[in-house]
Amino acid sequence: MAEITTMHYLVVAAALFIIGTIGVLTRRNVVIILMSIELILNAVNLNLVAFSRLYGLHGQVFSIFVITDAAAEAAVGLGIIIAFFRNKETVNVDEVDLLKW
Amino acid sequence: MNPVATTFFFYFLAIMAIVSAIAVITRRNPVHAALSLIVTLLSLAGFYLMLYAPFVAAVQIVLYAGGIMVLFLFVIMLVNLEQNIREYQFNKQWLVGTIAALALGGLLLFVYRAGRGTFPSNFYQGYGGLEADNTQQIGIALYGQYMLPFEIASLLLLVAIVGAVVMAKKRI
Repeated sequence: MAEITTMHYLVVAAALFIIGTIGVLTRRNVVIILMSIELILNAVNLNLVAFSRLYGLHGQVFSIFVITDAAAEAAVGLGIIIAFFRNKETVNVDEVDLLKW
Repeated sequence: MNPVATTFFFYFLAIMAIVSAIAVITRRNPVHAALSLIVTLLSLAGFYLMLYAPFVAAVQIVLYAGGIMVLFLFVIMLVNLEQNIREYQFNKQWLVGTIAALALGGLLLFVYRAGRGTFPSNFYQGYGGLEADNTQQIGIALYGQYMLPFEIASLLLLVAIVGAVVMAKKRI
């Protein structure tokens, strides 16, 4: 059996990052776009923790800061979604075109 | 210190994480997407345990799978529309967006392939921190070396609380 190296973790994290990016770019539902952003943040976290296995504890501390950021971002983003839904009765991003020229 | 990360568990968790991540961005019903995202988060917690980061794994489960996902499900229940499920789920630029993202993935793989000699690929050569005092070490780092970022994070959370209340309130 082949040994699991850092590169394996990096490739898994890259796959999650790309899946999250595709979700952000292609979906219409705002809630699912926010979930794709969570996927991207988790891919970054996996990279940080994998490198903290090599270089010490700093990666884990940073991943905790990233989780804090994700919590703040989810709270504000979902608040925006609720305010938007109250005004327009939809959750599709391509109907948010009030500022579009 | 030999890693307990057996090959089987790595591939099991990797396939579970990636398949449920694909389910997140393809499911029509947002509740199903949220449940798939929970599966992804739990398998990532398994990865953190395999990487000797038990505190981050616990935070991942408690805060992500327990806190943030409940918030997501709550908002889905607030804004769920029957007609939204019947609508077309992808926007007009989906082909261009997918191609661009896959090109980014190809670039990442190329960079990893070109630069794989710049860091030790084998975990045996790396930092051999004890997992027994992992939480203690993180606490010392957070309240010592990372004191200012910690305070900034608490300020960020305060701003986020106030912002969420202001956004979600009907009349200010």
